[in-house]
Amino acid sequence: MMEKTKQSKKLSGHSLLLMITVILFIAMYVAGCIMYANKGFTHLQNFLNILISNAGLICVASGMTCVMLTGGIDISVGSLIAMDCMILADGMANKGWNAVFAIVLVLIIGVVWGVVQGFLVGYVKIQPFIVTMAGMFFGRGMTAVINTEQVSITKDVSATFYNMANAKINLPQSWGYMAKTHKIAPYIRPSVLIALAVVVVIWFILKYTKFGRVLYAVGGNETSASMMGLNVKKTKMKAYILSSVLCSIGGILYCLNTQKGYVQQAKGLEMDAIAAAVIGGTLLTGGVGNVWGTLIGVLITGTITSLVMTNGKLLSSWSNILTAALLCLFILLQAVFAYIQRRSES
Amino acid sequence: MSKEANKKEGGFFGSLIHKPLFMPILMLILVLLINLFKDPGFFKIAIKNGVLYGRLIDVLNRGSEIAILALGQTLVVAVSAGTDISVGSVMALAASGGCMVLAGYGNTSVTGIVAPIGIGILVGILFGLAGGSINGLLVAKLKIQPMVATLIFFMAARAIGLLLCYNQIIYIRYQPYQYLGNFLPGSIIPTPILVTILMIILMELLLKKTSLEMYIQSVGINSRASRICGINSDLICFLCYAICGMCAGVAGMIASSRIYSADSNNIGLNYEMYSILAVALGGNSLAGGKFNLAGSIVGAYTIQAIMTTLLAMGVSTDQSPVIMAIIIILIVVFQSPVFKDWAAAKKKNKAAVKEAA
Repeated sequence: MMEKTKQSKKLSGHSLLLMITVILFIAMYVAGCIMYANKGFTHLQNFLNILISNAGLICVASGMTCVMLTGGIDISVGSLIAMDCMILADGMANKGWNAVFAIVLVLIIGVVWGVVQGFLVGYVKIQPFIVTMAGMFFGRGMTAVINTEQVSITKDVSATFYNMANAKINLPQSWGYMAKTHKIAPYIRPSVLIALAVVVVIWFILKYTKFGRVLYAVGGNETSASMMGLNVKKTKMKAYILSSVLCSIGGILYCLNTQKGYVQQAKGLEMDAIAAAVIGGTLLTGGVGNVWGTLIGVLITGTITSLVMTNGKLLSSWSNILTAALLCLFILLQAVFAYIQRRSES
Repeated sequence: MSKEANKKEGGFFGSLIHKPLFMPILMLILVLLINLFKDPGFFKIAIKNGVLYGRLIDVLNRGSEIAILALGQTLVVAVSAGTDISVGSVMALAASGGCMVLAGYGNTSVTGIVAPIGIGILVGILFGLAGGSINGLLVAKLKIQPMVATLIFFMAARAIGLLLCYNQIIYIRYQPYQYLGNFLPGSIIPTPILVTILMIILMELLLKKTSLEMYIQSVGINSRASRICGINSDLICFLCYAICGMCAGVAGMIASSRIYSADSNNIGLNYEMYSILAVALGGNSLAGGKFNLAGSIVGAYTIQAIMTTLLAMGVSTDQSPVIMAIIIILIVVFQSPVFKDWAAAKKKNKAAVKEAA
């Protein structure tokens, strides 16, 4: 009985944090709607645009959440995305690859990438930070080895990819009538659906499969997990494979959005993904986290960027500062909750 | 394998191989040896135009920032088993802050300065100290995981630097400002090397003449036990982060002086990675506790030696990270306990087979 109340209390602390995240997101969005009503912020399309431009990041951050649950970190994702985009762009533009072949190749590279990193972290027991940092250097350098120029994917290069990138899924026009001046039918791109599907699948894996529960167990306490007979090494390796594959999917979505590849692409994206996960309530020490929180985290950072861009007068560096400030706020909140929890326990 | 076995059996090598500095220095020598075969001119040191000139000097000179950052990073890693990933950004912030004071807010290109150079450099270092102190407060007082706490400044510091510089690159075309990053008049040794030596001496004095080194290791091994023993764990942890921030400030001013400008987007790019790598290459565990400052410094120059070597071989700066990554993984795998155990087990097996036969 005691055990149960304790657990429900602990859960409520984390769900409260998630609730604050959601409330803050809604508050921020409503404030944006009030401030920039005349600039089209109230139109549904503005929200959908945030989803469209962040579809790749949603995938990456979902994978990052899984790795962070085990207590690890994967900072190679930004470079992997740059490499994926470059392989897609260069393969199709200069080597004449089929779009489907290029996409499958990118996914295979994602698996291999994850196996190597996962092996080094899980079995050779090198700190995740160092391993994925090497991955980060490798990916960025490999992008330059493939091609140092900017390669664009135009309609002539690959009609299939171009059509995929520009496919629109129109929503009923009546949904867009939030402001009377805007009468365009809102639309989303297929990438948004893929990203949301990824979130649902990861949520299902984390909540209802054995692998998902073992991830939490390993992150919570590695020693006790291995004493329980769980295969810690294998789980860690699987987490990194999952992250890299999701990152490759994210890279394809990212490429669909930007339609080009260049060396400096997606620089610093790994930190955006980590920030989104942390804002969403995932702890870097592992064992605590939720993929829905991560989704909200991505939306919050996307909203900040959108707000700064809609304002037009603010320097773009403000979006970084605001995200960092928000990150700081959430970290402080987490610390306060942890403090309260410690006190109630003792 | 047999070569290694021979080494271990030999009395001199046997004692040498167990020295903590053995692996880091071996790595550095290996990197330098590659150069000896590739380009014998690598080790030539000459005096040109009244200053020292040569690749080796170049490694020492260019490696100064990484070495200075590695000093601070070692303490942070030791005390909190975490890393300060904000040092590169704080470098940029310090450079922007210092240059803003020297050039005056809003000016982007000046030929004279509005404040004494000393003040500008001091302000830059203070910016670094402030950044480090905030990180320290978050980690020591609020018990936030180091990487998350420093992630805040990682994201914000560059942006704040850009705001200070009005989103521009400030150029200070004033000769004395370049002394710090290049040469003092009449000196044949590049100033960054001198600054690095000074920083190392200061750090050694601070660690050895006070009990700080022991306290840091004690807090790193078990902060709770240290507190019970009467050590102010929080204060020690805070101090380490503050020192790390200050080191980032110094490195930022050197980097800024080299290019006589404050380029907030590019100064210190990836340097947080290099500094952490230097600590790891130096044989320090990223899990905290005992640390070896000399190892980190050797690690820092190893990184710079790799970069200079690649540049000398004509690998473009965009592509060199590939080789860098492979070298990192190889070095780290060779240093990992799992690999050492595996090698030892294999050796044992071999011996067993020999005995059986």
